[in-house]
Amino acid sequence: AMETDPKAVVFGEDVKFGGVFRCTLGLVDKFGSDRVFNTPLSEQGLVGFGIGMCSVGHTAIAEIQFADYIHPAFDQIINEGSKYRYRSGSQFECGGLTIRTPYGVVGHGGFYHSQSPEATYCVPGVKVVIPRSPIQAKGLLLSCIRDPNPCIFFEPKILYRASVEEVPEGDYMIPLGKAEVVREGTDVTVIGWGSQLRILDSACEMAEKEGYSCELIDVRTLYPYDIDTLEASVKKTGRVIISHEAAVTGGWGAELSAKIQERCFLHLEAPIKRVCGYDIPPSPLVFERIHIPDALKNLDAIKETVNY
Amino acid sequence: MRALRRFRLNVLWSTRRRPLSTTTNFSLSKNNLPSLAEAKYVTELLNHDPSQDPIIPSYRVLDELGNLLTTKQEYHLDPHAVVEMYKTMAEVEAIDHIFMQSQRHGRISFYMQNSGEEGLQVGSAAALSERDHIFSQYRELGVFLWRGFDMQQVAHQCFSNVHDLGKGRQMPMHFGSHKLNMYTISSPLATQLPQASGVAYVLKRRRENACVACYFGDGAASEGDFHAALNFAATLECPVIFFCRNNGWAISTPTDEQYRGDGILSRAAGYGMRGIRVDGNDMLAVFEATKAARNYAVTQSRPIIIEAMTYRRGHHSSSDDSNSYRETEELQWWRDNNDPVSRVRRYLESQQLWDSDQEADLRQSMKKKVKKCMSSAERAQKPPVEALFTDVYAEMPKRLEEQQQDLKRHLKKYASNYDTKDFHVSP
Repeated sequence: AMETDPKAVVFGEDVKFGGVFRCTLGLVDKFGSDRVFNTPLSEQGLVGFGIGMCSVGHTAIAEIQFADYIHPAFDQIINEGSKYRYRSGSQFECGGLTIRTPYGVVGHGGFYHSQSPEATYCVPGVKVVIPRSPIQAKGLLLSCIRDPNPCIFFEPKILYRASVEEVPEGDYMIPLGKAEVVREGTDVTVIGWGSQLRILDSACEMAEKEGYSCELIDVRTLYPYDIDTLEASVKKTGRVIISHEAAVTGGWGAELSAKIQERCFLHLEAPIKRVCGYDIPPSPLVFERIHIPDALKNLDAIKETVNY
Repeated sequence: MRALRRFRLNVLWSTRRRPLSTTTNFSLSKNNLPSLAEAKYVTELLNHDPSQDPIIPSYRVLDELGNLLTTKQEYHLDPHAVVEMYKTMAEVEAIDHIFMQSQRHGRISFYMQNSGEEGLQVGSAAALSERDHIFSQYRELGVFLWRGFDMQQVAHQCFSNVHDLGKGRQMPMHFGSHKLNMYTISSPLATQLPQASGVAYVLKRRRENACVACYFGDGAASEGDFHAALNFAATLECPVIFFCRNNGWAISTPTDEQYRGDGILSRAAGYGMRGIRVDGNDMLAVFEATKAARNYAVTQSRPIIIEAMTYRRGHHSSSDDSNSYRETEELQWWRDNNDPVSRVRRYLESQQLWDSDQEADLRQSMKKKVKKCMSSAERAQKPPVEALFTDVYAEMPKRLEEQQQDLKRHLKKYASNYDTKDFHVSP
């Protein structure tokens, strides 16, 4: 995006030297410090600044160091960014804005380096996108940057060091608003996003060994989400598991459950089961391993749902 | 127990030493504190009380009676231009008076007056270029009018009709105009400030001979966005004029409950930023100050604050009754002794550029114009029902199309229960 769009800039806390996760390494040497720069330590400031830049046609790629720190920018995102086009009658818009931020548990993050706040930011006027792997991340991020609406791109931080893939070198985009069936099956539809996909894939693998055929879907764009792909799958299997790290009550699984039952009520053979974080602040350090919705919890849920 | 803990923490603090790096390339000869541009040490413990510093004075050109105090001005205003500016001030007064009344009569839902601030609005607007970008709070009607956002357009927005550029979606007085580089107003305070810094950064990148002017009040300056915006503008070197209308009141909160320092201007130094304090009720001084600030911002690509000292004579809004929290005598004093409109009128009269006949004509024609615009706006249709669903995104998502169909079916079924005859029907 930096190469093809001269109005694209990358900024945030510590991005100039390469960033705390090395995501922006080497960019300042290539594109210059008026396009790749540090901002003072203020999330509300950098998102507001980004909105301003986009309103005059720039493409602002803003980094929030950890999704746990996106909350000071809540006002700018909800009250300004998401409404910029709507409230002005399309005279003004900030579609060039993409906020990138690492989210999710990482093994030792505690309350402030582990959060999954995606549900809170799924609001009209904004797009929320979460990749499950490096290949997906590149294509989805490019789509977000080029999408004419403000986007929030949550990057699973646990995958920064863990995930290795052969990422194609060229320019490619993966469409927003489309879920992907990652694994085909007939007994149950298993739904997730981001880092949870690895855990769910593992659970499906274990389930298959015990004779359960699982269809695994990566939602990818959480808002606005692709209900059609989910609906087609659930009408086929009749059973649903939704799994995410964020607390179960009011998490994004709740929205998906409601919409799925609205579209597939007569096709459901079992209640929709959510395997999620408990209703506690996520994630207390020493308990993280038993807190997260891991493969075994999902495996049990799969069996319970299929045998309902 | 608590005292013991505090002691222990103090000990920890004093035993911490900054490790001297042996691996980086830096010279010890100048300074060894990267956080200070230049470190100086003294053996006397200083504890400076800023309330002992003199109050920063306000720049003024006219006295309260409209007499020119000095001819030494960097930017002279052609007196004929002042006549035009005066007419715009009168236009603000006329709109304020009649629109406020119309709110009381239930013709519009809400209104915010500009009474007492006409001078700073028109004075600052006249000093800006049409290439400059403007962010407002909600009490800048004179800026909009001067720029070319006409009275009719104001009326359309306040009546939420089909001609409103914002398609009837916002409360009255929350307008904007892309053509005039004036960003749509939003209710949350100070959110526009960091955005202004961002726009200014782009104008600088593009090497446009332009700056951003960002208006806000003394109350809004307490918000975190104010701090973030100024800090960003200073560190990233953005050509933006932060224009504070210090009018003494944030709804019912007077300035001595809003801040403890010397107004808003005293904060500029903390950001390494320049600033000007001006008599906000002296339109000519505000013009001069804004001209100077603009020149600095554009030629240096740096931010600058203007603090215009003024007084909010009206209520905060039509939902407020300021008689419940401030003295009538205070209001009367400002109205009778320091009215920005009178000061300019007396100046013009002293220059033989204005008389009582012209005054009567102006007031009458303004009143007539306002009433005409208002009735025209009131008679117009509301925007189409479809406008509920468009512009949320650049494209209309499928779910909104479905919801739109749901609503249309519902409105058709219960047509007699929903008064939608005023809504424009798209062909």
